[in-house]
Amino acid sequence: METNQSNEISQTPEVKRPHYLIQAWLVILLSVFYGAILVYVQIHLGPQIEKNKTAATFAQIPALVEGADASKTESLTITGTDGKPATVYRVKNENGEAIGWVFPGSGQGFGDTIQLIIGLDPKIETLTGLYVLDQKETPGLGNFITGENFRGQFAGKSVLVPLRAKAGEPENPEEIRAVTGATISSTAVCDIVNATVAKYKEAALTQN
Amino acid sequence: MKTLPSAGQRFINGIIPENPTYRLLLGMCPTLAVTNNVKAALTMAFATTFVLFCSNIMISLIRNLLKPHLRILVFTLTIATFVTVVDRLLAAYMYEMSKQLGPYIPLIIVNCIIISRCEACASLQNPFISACDALGVGIGFTLGLVSIATVREILGSGTWLGFTILPPEIWTPWSIMILPPGAFMTLGVLLAAVNYIQSKYKTE
Repeated sequence: METNQSNEISQTPEVKRPHYLIQAWLVILLSVFYGAILVYVQIHLGPQIEKNKTAATFAQIPALVEGADASKTESLTITGTDGKPATVYRVKNENGEAIGWVFPGSGQGFGDTIQLIIGLDPKIETLTGLYVLDQKETPGLGNFITGENFRGQFAGKSVLVPLRAKAGEPENPEEIRAVTGATISSTAVCDIVNATVAKYKEAALTQN
Repeated sequence: MKTLPSAGQRFINGIIPENPTYRLLLGMCPTLAVTNNVKAALTMAFATTFVLFCSNIMISLIRNLLKPHLRILVFTLTIATFVTVVDRLLAAYMYEMSKQLGPYIPLIIVNCIIISRCEACASLQNPFISACDALGVGIGFTLGLVSIATVREILGSGTWLGFTILPPEIWTPWSIMILPPGAFMTLGVLLAAVNYIQSKYKTE
């Protein structure tokens, strides 16, 4: 069957073929059909996937802000300076006192969007921790941003001055040692931290 | 016209004589990338088998409608749909594993095992034979991945499927085995072993 069809094409190249949209009727029909399958899957699984992401964020809160009690932590919906609503977390200790903030941040990395969660002190002046929720950086190079060696540098850094990634030993307090000499992934993480803090700081501090 | 293999032949062929990993050397990307532990290898193998099974049946059902110059497009469209379904399922029910496998699940779309089965079997034969073919090749691929992952996880972490096999007191894990070079070395050694066994078997 296969060979017959290809012979037919090669022997009669001048045959008038129907309009390409008519030739592609099966492709078009299948696209609609498969699209419907994917919509169905997304409607059913989407909420569960979102729930998993939230659970992963909550699981990291004690590691991001010292002394945090994830069960007491409050989720707040605030509007960032970009005008879009976002969920941030007011972290509380076991006595219910606010001891910090966790902000979600994302931005373009080298491979794909990098998603971070960032821990901050109550006044939003100092970082207390950083965790990478999702990234598709180059394995063996950029994906070292998920490692403790890189992430650990952020705790204790001031966010009043924008952070910068630097290849080699940092010399100034706002510098972060990049994971590779090329600094693309490391710079992306620093930029996301700077942008996220700038975006939510004011809105978060005015929450009562 | 050469007669095509029957359902039973298709099934058996996929497991040993045309094993995708060791005989055809197809699908090397997951073979090298996700075999540093058995759990990831099994998840990848099952995900690939699911996609293979669904796409083979789907392509087989529409095989008489396929136009030769549009068939690869239809294959890719079908495969991509089922890969997306599997990706979402993993993210919903096996979130940790889905994060560990990361971009390798979407990369099943370009896994040449699946497209080659659509081309060689599903676009020519009925859904039952195509399903048997998919299961055979799926089992063969699972064997390939798990055999490599077994060697790498035992030597590299001292465990198998998370259970301690070589306790740290008697065994210093070879961290190279869980890094990419370990994948190449293990694949090379196992391939050599398979070829050696086959040459012995043939001469006897």
